[in-house]
Amino acid sequence: MTFLVLALGILLLCTFLCLYRIGAGPTAPDRTVAIDILGTLVVGFCGIYGLYRGKDFYMNIAIAWALLSFIGTMALAKYLEGRSFDE
Amino acid sequence: MSDLVATVIIFIGLLFDLFGCIGLVRLPDIYNRVQASTKCVTLGTCMILIGVLIHAGIGALGIKALVCAVFILFTSPVAAHAVARGAHFFGVRLWEGSVMDKFLEERESQKKDK
Repeated sequence: MTFLVLALGILLLCTFLCLYRIGAGPTAPDRTVAIDILGTLVVGFCGIYGLYRGKDFYMNIAIAWALLSFIGTMALAKYLEGRSFDE
Repeated sequence: MSDLVATVIIFIGLLFDLFGCIGLVRLPDIYNRVQASTKCVTLGTCMILIGVLIHAGIGALGIKALVCAVFILFTSPVAAHAVARGAHFFGVRLWEGSVMDKFLEERESQKKDK
């Protein structure tokens, strides 16, 4: 159980590194990549927290977050590419 | 025994996540950052979720973790490729230490054909 708390702390540190890149990234694609990685870190965080609490509904949040993160990243990538969504 | 295996796998995944995020902060341009941070997803978070599956066993938590790992494994390279391609079209220059840009040559040759 102590290990799981340590794991949550390491993921929190990774989240702050991603937040630094979102704030300081010089261009828009840097921020897009950092938001994508932030969503993936939240998925891992939900998995470990579900294991720590022994409840399974945290994984529902993780699955929904993974779906929304993918759709948002694809929309931002299409916006950066300068095309409309039906191409 | 399975607890020990799950702990080791979750620890490897955490190390990959940490190194991917350090690469996201330290590397010089967007293409290098995409290359570093994709490892953080496929080897980091997927190994964490597989460790959760081994630790929790076949139950509600484990099966949901497996479904989530498979979904992330399929979608994350697609998203990284789309962001790198979008960054190239957006006009982000490569780092000055980069040696070649094949995609720019291909785009210019396609412009000449038109």
